[in-house]
Amino acid sequence: MNKTFNNKAWWMVFPVFLVVAFNALVPLMTVVNYSVQETFGNNEFFWSGTIWFQQLLENDQIRDSLGRQIAFTAVALFIQVPLGLAIALCMPRKGPWVSVCLVLMALPLLVPWNVVGSMWNIMALPDIGLLGKTINAMGIHYNYTRDPVAAWFTVVLMDVWHWTSLVVLLCYAGLVSIPDAYYQAAKIDGARPWAVFRYIQLPKLKHVLTIAILLRFMDSFMIYTEVIVLTGGGPGSATKFLSIDLVQKALGGFDLGPAAAFSIVYFLIILLTSWLFYTLMMRNEAN
Amino acid sequence: MSKRYLVPIVYIIFLMLPIYWLINMSFKTTNEILNSFSLYPREFTLDSYRTIFTDPSWYGAYINSITYVALNTVLSVALALPAAYAFSRYRFLGDKHLFFWLLSNRMAPPAVFVLPFIQLYSSVGLFDTHLAVAFAHMLFNIPLAVWILEGFMSGVPKELDETAYVDGYSFPKFFVKIFIPTISAGIGVAAFFCFMFSWVEMLLAKNLTSVAAKPIVAAMTKTSSASGYELGLLAAAGVLTLIPGAIVVYFVRNYIAKGFALGRV
Amino acid sequence: MAKITIDNLRHSYLPEPKRDEDFALKRVHLDWADGGAYALLGPSGCGKTTLLNLISGLLHPTEGRILFDGRDVSNETPEHRNIAQVFQFPVIYDTMTVYDNLAFPLRNRKVDEAEIKKRVTAIAEMLELTATLSKRASGLTADGKQKISLGRGLVRSDVNVIMFDEPLTVIDPHLKWQLRSKLKELQHRIRRTMIYVTHDQTEALTFADQVVVMNNGEVVQTGTPIELFEKPKHIFVGHFIGSPGMNVMPCQVRGGKAFVEGHAVAADNAASSKGSGRLELGIRPEFVTFADKGLPVDVVKVSDIGRYRVVDTRLGENSVKLIVPEGGAIPEGKAHLAFDKAHTQIYSDGWLAGEAR
Repeated sequence: MNKTFNNKAWWMVFPVFLVVAFNALVPLMTVVNYSVQETFGNNEFFWSGTIWFQQLLENDQIRDSLGRQIAFTAVALFIQVPLGLAIALCMPRKGPWVSVCLVLMALPLLVPWNVVGSMWNIMALPDIGLLGKTINAMGIHYNYTRDPVAAWFTVVLMDVWHWTSLVVLLCYAGLVSIPDAYYQAAKIDGARPWAVFRYIQLPKLKHVLTIAILLRFMDSFMIYTEVIVLTGGGPGSATKFLSIDLVQKALGGFDLGPAAAFSIVYFLIILLTSWLFYTLMMRNEAN
Repeated sequence: MSKRYLVPIVYIIFLMLPIYWLINMSFKTTNEILNSFSLYPREFTLDSYRTIFTDPSWYGAYINSITYVALNTVLSVALALPAAYAFSRYRFLGDKHLFFWLLSNRMAPPAVFVLPFIQLYSSVGLFDTHLAVAFAHMLFNIPLAVWILEGFMSGVPKELDETAYVDGYSFPKFFVKIFIPTISAGIGVAAFFCFMFSWVEMLLAKNLTSVAAKPIVAAMTKTSSASGYELGLLAAAGVLTLIPGAIVVYFVRNYIAKGFALGRV
Repeated sequence: MAKITIDNLRHSYLPEPKRDEDFALKRVHLDWADGGAYALLGPSGCGKTTLLNLISGLLHPTEGRILFDGRDVSNETPEHRNIAQVFQFPVIYDTMTVYDNLAFPLRNRKVDEAEIKKRVTAIAEMLELTATLSKRASGLTADGKQKISLGRGLVRSDVNVIMFDEPLTVIDPHLKWQLRSKLKELQHRIRRTMIYVTHDQTEALTFADQVVVMNNGEVVQTGTPIELFEKPKHIFVGHFIGSPGMNVMPCQVRGGKAFVEGHAVAADNAASSKGSGRLELGIRPEFVTFADKGLPVDVVKVSDIGRYRVVDTRLGENSVKLIVPEGGAIPEGKAHLAFDKAHTQIYSDGWLAGEAR
């Protein structure tokens, strides 16, 4: 669209700018401020340079959390994106069942995150939960509060339950926007279903998939509530992801400096990865 | 029926199982929950729900949640409307940078903001108020609302604005009387997404409140730590949190696909 | 290449059609010779795209049959019918190069690469796409993309018919003419059966040897462009083809003579028209001239269209338009008109009187 240049438009953006700036800049400045200072209480602060950042790099505990976080995000993406795409491909395109499907699939996205945790907690309890009881009945020993593998399995399954629908909805929206003529042309050209997927659907879904991967990356990288309710980060620290670690440090330990440094690095990782991924995908398109 | 429909059907069954289990638990007596495994409530009881509806610390928490969610949704959309209009119709100094900066806030982990938010809202005297949570959630919701609304507004031809001015409408009158009804679907979708985030978020909501504005998501954590005999209550509280989501999703069912398929997506 | 027979074809989008109005295609019977250029012309919603999709196999008929060279293909898939189609909006495979796009239908049919290369090169040459063969297809302009769509049909040697569904819709006006002549030229060169669907009379008349005019799910007339112009079988054809369209006015027929507003008018088919039904007289503006005596009219408006002028006159209640060539004299106020008898026709209930439908 042809847009006119008009700086008065700032007046319309100003309220939004004000609220977001208040909410984003002040806290970020606080964090940056803490990250380079040391306190011994009484609101006295001393300049400490980059010591907290150096400590961060040497901290095994955080390094482990980061490793677990990356592993979790990778697993989540590897399951949810292909699965969501496959489900979207199999969904009916028109008819009364479409809204039924969409409404039921959107439901998990609207469940409060702690309820998601509680729900799976109840579901997976080894003695009275449907999932736990079933697995144990099959002769596999399963107890997610004791066994790290079981805990991981439960957390991943929970995340698949919670978020795959987002990928489905995005892909479905992308699929229905492909004009019928493409499918007709493919039929006439004698294309097999695989070729239709490879040369029509996948290229047309590229944009939507980029957004889906981006959103799933960000949200899974920030996961906190569901896991803290389900496993509390345990057993041991088997499911202690970055956000859990950070909240423990920031609210529990009064280690303001290290927590602030941690926050900054954490935010930057997400920002940079997202930016890098997005630019790469889009540059590829331009070529 | 085609065989491939089996895939979404199995998926939906998978989605419904934990929800069914939650509902199932909420109607069981404590005795039944702890001492037996049953696929449906043998001794059907409404005790858990009775407790929630009679104990002010429970139903009060629901009211608190709904209050700040409503506050957040209305404020986010109201502020985002003019901003999205500006982005969709005008170029101005720093517009692109501003837009991307707004969106980058959506990428911030709430965990990063917990502590600074507590300090910030305490210092301005908003701690433990509905407004604090509503404002905190606006950091994530406003960028999203602006983005969604801008997408819808760009789909409305500029000629609509020009025709209205020619017909003698002033800008505010045009905006309220003509433009807003035109993009009502977009407003619905934006409100849906704001509602969605604000209703499901717990970390900030819990830590920015203590007593007066304590939300349901925080009220539930006190039972989750106590094992065993409060499971029925926890399940019932969980079931009740599903209802607003289900109602909202039912109302926007025809816009869901469209909302996800905004021009740029 | 094939001769196409459309045998008593009916189609409805409803599961159980009962009344005539339930049918998008009421009853169509056509015979098309091998290697001909045909156009389906009509306003939107007339059923022409439905007919096209029935021929291509994207839809299956409710009643009737479609025969390719006498073989019933009514229930075959598009793939088995060996047809090619160019759509309204260019359909190309974005991620492939132009070469791969053209090779795609052959590769799907397991033709060997050497043969593919030969044919793709030849077709690219014909369509003037050689220079872009190694480029990404998504980078081409709309007319280039439409050429690729066409090329995908041309590379196959076994194609029975190539169909065009309003292929020039998204092409820039100045390129439309160019692409249209290219199409016509190709048709002459390769002599394949082509069916061209459009609502634009210029496109239909310049492309096709035979034009099928459709309205309301029926074929109103089939004929060469000249026939459609000189002897419309239905007033709809008279209105739809030609600019401005045919003049139509109510008339009576008594004793083998037509009367308009009480004035006698000589008409070609006046003798064969019975007095039944609603009678109308039709004549194209091209065949109306000013005269010293004849039908008395008032001159209302003169519009200059460049090489000629269109004069609007009023004969009683009726509007009569006529075309006056450059330099021709145009009287003001009262005037008289003469109708060319050979091109003056009587229509009964909309259809040309005295002709079998």
